[in-house]
Amino acid sequence: MSDEKPFIHPYIPNSVPGVKEQMLREIGVQSVDELYADIPERLRFRGRMDLPEPMPSEAALKRHVETILSRNRSCAESLSFLGGGCWPHYVPAVCDEINRRSEFLTAYAGEPYEDHGRFQALFEYESLMAELLDLDVVNVPTFDWCQAASTSVRMAGRITKRNEALVADTAGPDRLRVMQNYCRGVMSLVPVRHDPATGGMDLEDLAAKFTDRTAAVYFENPSYLGFLETQGTQASGIAHARGGLCVVGVDPVSLGVIAPPSHYGADIVCGDIQPLGMHMNFGGGQAGFIATRDDERFVMEYPSRLFGIAKTAVEGEWGFGDVAYDRTSFGVREKGKEFVGTAAALWGITAGVYLALMGPQGMRELGQHILQKSQYAIKKIAGLPGMKVPRFSSPHFKEFVVDFTATGRTVAEVNRALLERRIFGGADLGPDFPGLRGCALFCVTEVHTKNDIDALAAALEEVLR
Amino acid sequence: MKPRAFHQAKWDEEVIFELSAKGERGIIVSPVEKGIEDEVGDGISAVPDSLRRKVPPALPEISQMRVLKHYLRLSQHTLGADLNVDIGQGTCTVKYNPKINDALAASPKASEIHPLQDESTVQGALEIIYRTDLFMREISGLDRFSFQPASGSAAILAMASIIQAWHESRGEGKTRDEVLTTIFSHPSDAAAAAVKGYKVVTIYQTEDGLPDIEALKRAVSARTAGLLITNPEDTGIFNPKIDEITGIVRAAGGLCGYDQANANGILGVTRAREAGFDMCFFNLHKTFGTPHGCGGPACGALGVVRELTDYLPVPVVDFDGEKYVLRRDLKHTIGKVRSFYGVFPAILRAYAWIMSLGERGLREAANVAVLNNNYVLEKIKKIRGASAPFAPGRHRIEQVRYSWETLTKDTGVTTEDVSLRMADFGFHLWSSHHPFIVPEPFTIEPTESYSKTEIDEYLAVLKQISEEAYRDPAKVKGAPYRSVVHRIDQAWFDDPAKWAITWRAYLKKHGNSD
Repeated sequence: MSDEKPFIHPYIPNSVPGVKEQMLREIGVQSVDELYADIPERLRFRGRMDLPEPMPSEAALKRHVETILSRNRSCAESLSFLGGGCWPHYVPAVCDEINRRSEFLTAYAGEPYEDHGRFQALFEYESLMAELLDLDVVNVPTFDWCQAASTSVRMAGRITKRNEALVADTAGPDRLRVMQNYCRGVMSLVPVRHDPATGGMDLEDLAAKFTDRTAAVYFENPSYLGFLETQGTQASGIAHARGGLCVVGVDPVSLGVIAPPSHYGADIVCGDIQPLGMHMNFGGGQAGFIATRDDERFVMEYPSRLFGIAKTAVEGEWGFGDVAYDRTSFGVREKGKEFVGTAAALWGITAGVYLALMGPQGMRELGQHILQKSQYAIKKIAGLPGMKVPRFSSPHFKEFVVDFTATGRTVAEVNRALLERRIFGGADLGPDFPGLRGCALFCVTEVHTKNDIDALAAALEEVLR
Repeated sequence: MKPRAFHQAKWDEEVIFELSAKGERGIIVSPVEKGIEDEVGDGISAVPDSLRRKVPPALPEISQMRVLKHYLRLSQHTLGADLNVDIGQGTCTVKYNPKINDALAASPKASEIHPLQDESTVQGALEIIYRTDLFMREISGLDRFSFQPASGSAAILAMASIIQAWHESRGEGKTRDEVLTTIFSHPSDAAAAAVKGYKVVTIYQTEDGLPDIEALKRAVSARTAGLLITNPEDTGIFNPKIDEITGIVRAAGGLCGYDQANANGILGVTRAREAGFDMCFFNLHKTFGTPHGCGGPACGALGVVRELTDYLPVPVVDFDGEKYVLRRDLKHTIGKVRSFYGVFPAILRAYAWIMSLGERGLREAANVAVLNNNYVLEKIKKIRGASAPFAPGRHRIEQVRYSWETLTKDTGVTTEDVSLRMADFGFHLWSSHHPFIVPEPFTIEPTESYSKTEIDEYLAVLKQISEEAYRDPAKVKGAPYRSVVHRIDQAWFDDPAKWAITWRAYLKKHGNSD
């Protein structure tokens, strides 16, 4: 080491030799290596990690990474109709402005004094979501909808002291995989069939399977396949009549026009806030919410942080802090509810900004425009020969299933041809839904214009000709 | 060194609902063209009446600049690492998050890509993930990584899931029902194992601060499924018998998972492989310089030995010699622990961080983090009322769990009091995870990011507060004075009749009394 030139990197100030020597002197050692004296030789790694040479020049680094990223073709450079758990919605500039602020971006776990703003912003996020969901308790975000659904089901298990959940078989495939892993060994998940015509749950199947071992039914509204579940009241009725709970996953952007699940009997509501101000980020913009009524039996089963409002020593001043901290794994390790830790707080703050900007009028218009534009897309595509769209007869929100079977073309073939026309077609449903081979899930949101949709229809017509 | 005269911003800012003025708009939604309306009408008519929202959500109505101002003020009420000397949040490795990496993550080539795009259109993203995997293999000595877990705790959950799936595949899923951990390992090492249905056996430390190996030997049996452990633990003491510990667990048939959420002091110095681990994970938002974001989004990069690669969550990224591909055909995969492929912006930033530093830079980061830590240790031992329990005379790795026990006995001033007083100087001081094995704990981890001058400034404030405590304890106990708010009344937080987790709950429970 000693014959090497000192390595002074902009991120490491105390590499400067004089400073290093002074600090070593104060510690009373000759070299940094002495500080590792507790690591026995047999555990020392004496080889060289096969990593690139340092690239300390920021300009060179920027060029290098941008060169790699240039191999991506973004949705901004194409016309994308992909959804399926990650959706294209407009991100207001103020959302980016706030979540790129150094203070929020680089804060972590400060006290509710020096980090008062972090606590308030997340309390406000909870509060704004609570209005959208018409429920009184919302958590500080978890990782994504998959985790939120998994925890919701586990919460239902603990509340009812039962160990099985019924899950609509149209639930998102990633959701199911995460839930299955999360529940493995503790709770079993039993699928509920859907009506092949409407897409909605087969209520007879639900009623037949809902026993005194069943903690809850879980369904999504709109479903992963885009249709609205119109039988929420009946489904929650079946669950409640048998002493169980109703857990619903919901797309929050629908809630300016669609009734929130609490209005049709849901006890626990979950979903993803990526649509509320997060870029798609290759699937990195997800964050999950869980909401319930303000009932101690429910609140005490959350694993998440729950930030509450309080008074301070000074009249008229607001303070914030953790509600019921001792239920968490931070408080009592494995005796706590599941686990808590870093998740997706910055996206929660951002979703709060988004809802504050949108207000009630914005959320209504957003929901309405998505309904109108997706209905228009359905109509345009349905006008093409051989197309069955939507595959299910229930009303839809934002996403819908296009059935290409009668065209004789596979989804892969169609999408390859669309790609040549710089269009990202809908996600192929065949691999995850054997009953939907030859079908694709298309997503149309407020960001799509009439021209975009017309261009898709024209391209499809050309491709299928 | 004289502490700087600090006062945090204090805007006395309203709760956002109080800013609402009927009719104001913050943003206008993309319009619907007339041609669409002509074709489909109002859109809402297609929704059955029972499913329509009858009463609009009671969101506030606020003009754009006022929303912006509100959140900017809240940001000024938040002390990010970019503004302070954030060495007081030990175990969490709060280091510099390079701005260039944020700029790269914000590029539309990274932020506007969809996870279900055709693989040919996301070769750049897949290359970043693949190359970061190769880096992690070098750093750990393990054989393949998944970036799907969205935090350290999620990676622990994934390790516990692999432990479960491994034993199930060998027909021992039912009989091996215990996971071992240590009290100085992160709470999630215990909690996430319990999520998987495991009985958690916690090994406590002996007087040297290290896990009791005799207790471990007594604890292992045919019921042992695995071990989840950190090293160094929260004390910052490197456990020289870590390979003996993994050996004991492996001999009993268990798998060993290494919680390397924080590996900042040992990059290139010692690795999971040599210590006998089957799995490990690194928090990219700790060691690898990606921002903490007030608590995520984040990434716990999960690595395994060859025998376990088939158990990883899917998909993983492979390179077939020409192109990068997503592979889902892992025989024993635990399935998924998060949607899609994890938090891509975190992976991208970590990639850029490693590229900037290279092999030599990673070693230097670790060396300087350890140098800084032992410097702080030397100085804190000299502060009246403070001590560094366990391992007297020994050096520590990247952090130390200290104690104010003497200060509390002498003056009544607790860790919490000191922590609140630190806010008056623009600093943060954390206690420790529960339970408090070390009395009146505080945990400092200086990382490589802060200069000696900055560290000295932090230490000068700790020293001043200790002196204040001995001179005028009431002064410390009355803090903070120059932070955003004053002492918070805790009475509402644990009382179901009073807690208010949302503004509407506040109005229902307390609205009339104000």
